Amino acid sequence: MNDVLLNGNQYKLLIEASWVTVQLLLYSFAFGCVLALILAIARMSDIKWIRGIALVIVEFARGISSIILLFIIAIAIPYLSGIKQPPLMLLATIALGINMGGYGAEIIRGAIQSVSPGQTEAAISLNLSPLQRLRYVILPQAMRVILPPMGNLTIEILKGTALVSLVGVADIMQMSNNIRQQQLATGIGTLPMLLLNVLVLYFLIAQIINAIFRVAEWRVERRMRGNPALTDEEAAEAMTKLGLEPAR
Amino acid sequence: MTAADNEIDETEYRPHRRWYKRADIVIPIVIIVLGYVLLIALVEPNNFFRPDMEAPSGLIKFDWGYFFGLVPLMLQGLLVTFRATLLGFAVAVVLGFFLALGRRSRFRVLSWPMAFIIEFIRSTPLLVQLVFWQALSRAMDLNISAVTVLAIGLGIHYATYTSEGYRAGINSVDAGQWEAATALNLSPVTTWTRVIIPQAVPNVLPALGNNFVAAFKDAPMGVAVSVPGLLLFANTIKADQFRTVEPYMLIGVGFLMMSIPAAWLVRRLERKVAYERV
Repeated sequence: MNDVLLNGNQYKLLIEASWVTVQLLLYSFAFGCVLALILAIARMSDIKWIRGIALVIVEFARGISSIILLFIIAIAIPYLSGIKQPPLMLLATIALGINMGGYGAEIIRGAIQSVSPGQTEAAISLNLSPLQRLRYVILPQAMRVILPPMGNLTIEILKGTALVSLVGVADIMQMSNNIRQQQLATGIGTLPMLLLNVLVLYFLIAQIINAIFRVAEWRVERRMRGNPALTDEEAAEAMTKLGLEPAR
Repeated sequence: MTAADNEIDETEYRPHRRWYKRADIVIPIVIIVLGYVLLIALVEPNNFFRPDMEAPSGLIKFDWGYFFGLVPLMLQGLLVTFRATLLGFAVAVVLGFFLALGRRSRFRVLSWPMAFIIEFIRSTPLLVQLVFWQALSRAMDLNISAVTVLAIGLGIHYATYTSEGYRAGINSVDAGQWEAATALNLSPVTTWTRVIIPQAVPNVLPALGNNFVAAFKDAPMGVAVSVPGLLLFANTIKADQFRTVEPYMLIGVGFLMMSIPAAWLVRRLERKVAYERV
């Protein structure tokens, strides 16, 4: 058992480093969602060249491997623009966010198209502006379709965050390298067991994300169902409270 | 039965040709198998990348001549990455089927641990898994090469994805088919090989194609276990010649030139299969 577990201090280090991973995940999730929404709407635009540009960006983001995109953005771009101390966290966020944006755009586009066109027509006839139409009519209904694949995508991005250790951000994976140095110095622990602990930590974070998305799905589902109708007794009570004759 | 009925039956009844007699199925399979064998047999990963030309001086940020001069080396790296993907995906296709069978099993002793393993592997990063497999193989004194580690790691990771594809494909076969097979008293082996699998294949193929493209996109992670693939090429150039922009841009371009046509082919396959099923 001593072989499998690390010591308390090492766990503390790993958990501190996991905060960096979670932060990176949150930032790239936010950036990815915004990008995905913009790209999804641009792909359904009436104007041909906007559709074309959005298609090119989506194909690029989906076609390129996240690790290569990360290296290009975090190593090649700072050199091209002559930045001496590149803000690695920001660059990693952009790389992961672009990746998420490409996949997310297709998910959101599919979901928006799955909402019945009658809803759009009704919103137009109610004189809602295009933005109001999207915000109050289309997106709330599309949310049911968006959330399950979005949860999977978020876990994919969580897996992607492990890559940033290769460009020098101090995330969980990077910290496990540091702990390995410590282990080598003290001669306690083996690398496979350390990595197994790291894998379990990632698994736990993924399960938390999963749970959050489950709750969100449940809430959206509940809202779509609407509130329960009043029973006869409740209706009668409410009517008497208002000073009206209960309806028969 | 009148003569007219017979005539209609004659014209409408077309016995299905066996798949191995259909040119549109056999020719792609032969090409793929031949290409596969050639690639696996002939490509030997080289462990160093040394360009012939001099790097431009440090003041120039981007040099087209140098960029194009790196192309042959990049292609070597790309080929190694692609080969590792093919090897790994072969593992994933076979292993995924057994994972799917285990997951579908009626015995909870088998299906629950299987579900846990699939969930665990799916939700942890491939990068960590690759380093883990390498560390494990070293701890067990197995002398296996970096490319093999990448292939095995990629294979196990994507086996969980393909198993989900298989499961969805098998579940999409109509329940009546199972009932009919039971009613005809077919043995489990006959039921699987002659009834269920042939009908599940059209549903599974596009998912497999998507997984293959995804596996190819994850294959450059082999750099973590020092596979001489695309990223190791770029890292070597960076370390040797202090050029960063050209090699990283080049691998991006080279990668897109492989993955976008592949994704397009998968989408075509998806449409074709959907069309045939109607």
